[in-house]
Amino acid sequence: MDYLLTEEQQMIKDLCRQIAEEKIKPVAAQYDEEAHFPWDIVKIMADSDICGVYIPEQYGGMGKGVFELAIATEELSWGCGGIALAFAATGLGTFPILLYGNEQQKAKYLPDIAKGKKLAAFCITEAEAGSDAGSIKTTAKKEGDYYVLNGTKQWITNGGEADVYTVIAMTDKTKGARGASAFIVEKGTPGLSFGKKENKIGIRASATREVIFTDCKVPKANLLGKEGLGFIVAMKTFDHSRPGVAAQALGIAQRALDEAVKYSHERKQFGTAISNFQGVSFMLADMAIQVEAARALIYSAARMIDSGAKDVAKVSAMAKTFASDVAMKVTVDAIQVFGGYGYMKEYPVEKLMRDAKITQIYEGTNQIQRSVIASSLIKECLAKK
Amino acid sequence: MRIVVLIKQVPDTTDVKIDPVTNTLKREGVVSIINPFDMYAIEEALRVKEKMGEGEVVVITMGPPQAEVALREAISMGCDRAILLSDRKFAGSDTWATSYTLSRAIEKLGDCSIVFCGKQASDGDTAQVGPGISTHLNIPQVTYVKKIEKIDKNSAVVERMTEEGYDVVETPIPALFTVVKEINEPRLPSLKGKMKAKKAEIVVWKAEDLGCEPDKIGLDGSPTRVVKIFTPPPRGGGRVLSGEPEDVAKELAELLKKDIVG
Repeated sequence: MDYLLTEEQQMIKDLCRQIAEEKIKPVAAQYDEEAHFPWDIVKIMADSDICGVYIPEQYGGMGKGVFELAIATEELSWGCGGIALAFAATGLGTFPILLYGNEQQKAKYLPDIAKGKKLAAFCITEAEAGSDAGSIKTTAKKEGDYYVLNGTKQWITNGGEADVYTVIAMTDKTKGARGASAFIVEKGTPGLSFGKKENKIGIRASATREVIFTDCKVPKANLLGKEGLGFIVAMKTFDHSRPGVAAQALGIAQRALDEAVKYSHERKQFGTAISNFQGVSFMLADMAIQVEAARALIYSAARMIDSGAKDVAKVSAMAKTFASDVAMKVTVDAIQVFGGYGYMKEYPVEKLMRDAKITQIYEGTNQIQRSVIASSLIKECLAKK
Repeated sequence: MRIVVLIKQVPDTTDVKIDPVTNTLKREGVVSIINPFDMYAIEEALRVKEKMGEGEVVVITMGPPQAEVALREAISMGCDRAILLSDRKFAGSDTWATSYTLSRAIEKLGDCSIVFCGKQASDGDTAQVGPGISTHLNIPQVTYVKKIEKIDKNSAVVERMTEEGYDVVETPIPALFTVVKEINEPRLPSLKGKMKAKKAEIVVWKAEDLGCEPDKIGLDGSPTRVVKIFTPPPRGGGRVLSGEPEDVAKELAELLKKDIVG
């Protein structure tokens, strides 16, 4: 289908597919098995100017937006959803700076991220604060020229590997969500440490760790926006990053479809390719319909966000929810097309299913997304009255 | 330091058909790529430039106008500029005429320190053009280079692959190197490189721009005559001998005596 990509967008897409095909795909199964963090692939992405695709040119990036971040993530995830996350989760960790950073903060942190010298990570989730971000327990207490952070963040993507952490912590617990603030914390800051690497079912090449703050002194110059803005920073960040998760799901789903089509054509039973059986071929058709519909929705949402539209929470949530549900369904179906072989680790599709699952969960579960969508619908309805 | 890389656009397949009438490769419908060995030459040229911290990498090809695509790809990897040698008069060049024409271009460019070539092209497989150029230019050549150990403005020490191992060769510069795939892993293009490549001006030099002597270029300048090109008939199927090792050994010995000795 023709999505009217500009020449530059097509270049980004082609280059990321080339990286996925030539560099990521050959190592994906091994990195998954060994839970190996893909620094070598990060280097390749950096040398190809991919890391800074969504960062303004004045800070060393390519000056593109959410759309380009999405198409890059889609193609890299076609190679491996876990490896692509080193790039995509850096986007998540960088958006707070892009959206709320002041000139000094942007000039200090964005160039190294754009060049791929540093990765970023976003820290909001805690043991008892997932979907309910208002119940964050990590605190930031102002002391002179510093904020002193205490608390433990959980399941942080790129944790331990990233150099730049954007962290949501409570500056005023009495105010609930309005008492949260956002900070930039550099790796190496005394009091910042990392817990064990989680052993996950999917996206295993991505590092997921606890990020622990113990009397961690952060210069007050590292406060993003102002005190009390933390929750808004987080919400706006997610609005911009969710098309990226959706694109990750899309890349995984597209790969599952490609593998299933190829296999169904090669695998013979009853003297003919199994793609000649309607039971199989209709599955393939349904997979293709869903994948293309997801792509259309993601691209539209991303373009809308880049256009500067105001209320993007709904479309952003729609894209993420739909694409991740599609990825789950399509990867399960791909295993079904492969039959018994699909259940074996020697074949590529079981990994796709494991990688797909997280996209329904992180950056807001699909249930939370539906709440966001539904409350937008009600809000829009009331506004019309 | 000016570094020249010579590349060739070739069909992207190992299964090329030959036109039985003209005895030439059938190129229709076959995607063209940069000769894979030339990719290592491009990468090594870029690495030498990066190591020296100055200079430029100029990529040159001789071919039809569409060979420009290969030059743009080389620019997207980081080459500074590109020159296309394209003229109907070059048509039908054999390796002698090709190396003469390319050497004229290198002379016209002037002040070249190193010339990099792939060890051979995947379509012709002659491995003659690189050495031919160095002869025309009267500069030293080192073929099958697998590593550049040391390089400065005046000399280079390189490892040259042989069947038994490798030779370590010291050569003055300027020199021509042909490289093997062991030398490096070619980089992917970068986005900025791709954008630069899209806009880049590809300079075209014709026979008269190069001051070529007319009887040294194209078909007239080519002493080689291709009498026939053909696909050898596929080899007949093998035979597997099975049974007890002693019996099989005896049977094999008998067969060898009959078929080879006798």
